[in-house]
Amino acid sequence: MSTMTPAVAMVEARGVHKSYAGVEVLRGVDLTVQRGEVTCLIGPSGSGKSTLLRCINHLEKHDAGELRVDGHLVGYELRDGKLYERNNKQICAERSRIGMVFQRFNLFQHLTVLENITIGQVKVRNVSAAAATQRARELLARVGLDAKEENYPSQLSGGQQQRVAIARALAMEPKLMLFDEPTSALDPELVGEVLDVMKDLARSGMTMVVVTHEMGFAREVADTLYFLDQGVIEESGDPREVLANPQSARLRSFLSKVL
Amino acid sequence: MVTNGDDEVEVVPVRHVGRWIGALVVALVLAMLVHTVVFSKASGGTSSRFGWAIVFHYFTTREVLDGLALTLELTALAMTIGIVLGMIIAIMRLSHNRLVSGTAWSYVWFFRGTPVYVQLLFWFNIAALYKTVTIGVPFMNVTFLHLDLVAFFTPFHTAMVGLGLNEAAYMSEIGRSGLISVDEGQIEAATSLGMTRSQTLRLVILPQAMRVIIPPTGNEVISMLKTTSLAIAVSVTELLTAVTNIYSANYEIMPLLLVASLWYLIVTTILSIGQYYVERHYAKGALRTPPPTPLQRLRQDVRGVASKMRSPRRVRPKAAA
Repeated sequence: MSTMTPAVAMVEARGVHKSYAGVEVLRGVDLTVQRGEVTCLIGPSGSGKSTLLRCINHLEKHDAGELRVDGHLVGYELRDGKLYERNNKQICAERSRIGMVFQRFNLFQHLTVLENITIGQVKVRNVSAAAATQRARELLARVGLDAKEENYPSQLSGGQQQRVAIARALAMEPKLMLFDEPTSALDPELVGEVLDVMKDLARSGMTMVVVTHEMGFAREVADTLYFLDQGVIEESGDPREVLANPQSARLRSFLSKVL
Repeated sequence: MVTNGDDEVEVVPVRHVGRWIGALVVALVLAMLVHTVVFSKASGGTSSRFGWAIVFHYFTTREVLDGLALTLELTALAMTIGIVLGMIIAIMRLSHNRLVSGTAWSYVWFFRGTPVYVQLLFWFNIAALYKTVTIGVPFMNVTFLHLDLVAFFTPFHTAMVGLGLNEAAYMSEIGRSGLISVDEGQIEAATSLGMTRSQTLRLVILPQAMRVIIPPTGNEVISMLKTTSLAIAVSVTELLTAVTNIYSANYEIMPLLLVASLWYLIVTTILSIGQYYVERHYAKGALRTPPPTPLQRLRQDVRGVASKMRSPRRVRPKAAA
């Protein structure tokens, strides 16, 4: 641990297990996300993609296996040969550096667009209100919504809400961004505007893990593609390779349904 | 008449005959009611049946106003205890610790399961069981608080504590329904920003829960205003006690009950208006366009009726089709 090399991966999962009420959702997942890379997770519903994502920022506790973010064990600390559970404060601090974007946006309904983006900076990061507002305005301009800062989420379209949600996550200056099916709840004509923001983010060098059904996005933007099925990684590699040449029967049948 | 669609023609609305007859019957009943309540004379007398002269005479007397003040004070204090304690119990109910959530459940079970009248009598007589109360660490010589119950449980304090503790049980259920009405996704989003559980509760859940909590809480405040009249059981001279004291001396029972009722109605009206604006405040972001205030609505109605009176509606058939 003390001799960490600078090339340590952003996310490193080894044999990660997770079950809910006796049902094994993750059955030994291995995955590596390098810094600055975009990783896409695809797979049928119930395959464990979202659960894996939620384990990475400790929204869910994994049961077994080793899961590291930025070299640190998620939720635990290894000292004198024992795993110490981290306390809430430490876990919250870790989480605040991992951005998450949800399928259903989950913007705070009672706050304006601007307040949605400043609240985390001010309350978690202790940034001054003025600095937080300035950063929020820059981010809104970046996602093309600078005219909407006084609106409430319910007054925005799904695509606009999701772009605000991305800005809200970016406001925390994350080192890693997690996307949980960010375009699945959108009308087809609104998918493009969200994917454009994500592509722009990928080009800027952000490390991203994206659970998605957008194969075009995966092929174009992802550095690595993982296909999950029944809680294990069935296939992985360069997305163009994997999508063009599926090795397993499961991936072939999955792709025949979604493409 | 046949039009080519370019000329304006008058629109004749359907006449709702049944509706007119219904309105006439209702108007007649209302007129009879007003007549008997306001104008009719008491049998064999010259004063009005309901004794309005006496009502007006006693409406603003010292005793009645003092009673009203005590009623308002008792309502405010008992509701404050009820709301604060109720929210704590609601949050306890949602705790992952079984002892904490179980205790909260038992509180509601007890205070909702016994009549508030019995509870008031119970607190009134509690000093018979405990002369003093000392709060500290059991089995050790540590004391935080020492209270002389005989001195503390004056009639007013008894009513305040009794009504407040009972109210907390109901408020906790209202609070809980508000808390669980907030979408789980809101909690996940707050958590993923790195907020602690208490920050999530304070900054994200509670403000949104308020929208659900306010209407039934307004109901509870109004209900409490009237429940304070039970304080007569522990001899607090609130509004109802004040008027009963008066009519037990002069036997003008009905006029004095009217005095109390009118005051309850006035305060309830003011509280309802207040509730409307508090609701509007917490509806921020929940609706795309906030509903109009009563004043705005009144203005709209007046404008609508006025424009109908001024001229019959006219349209060009082509444009209307």
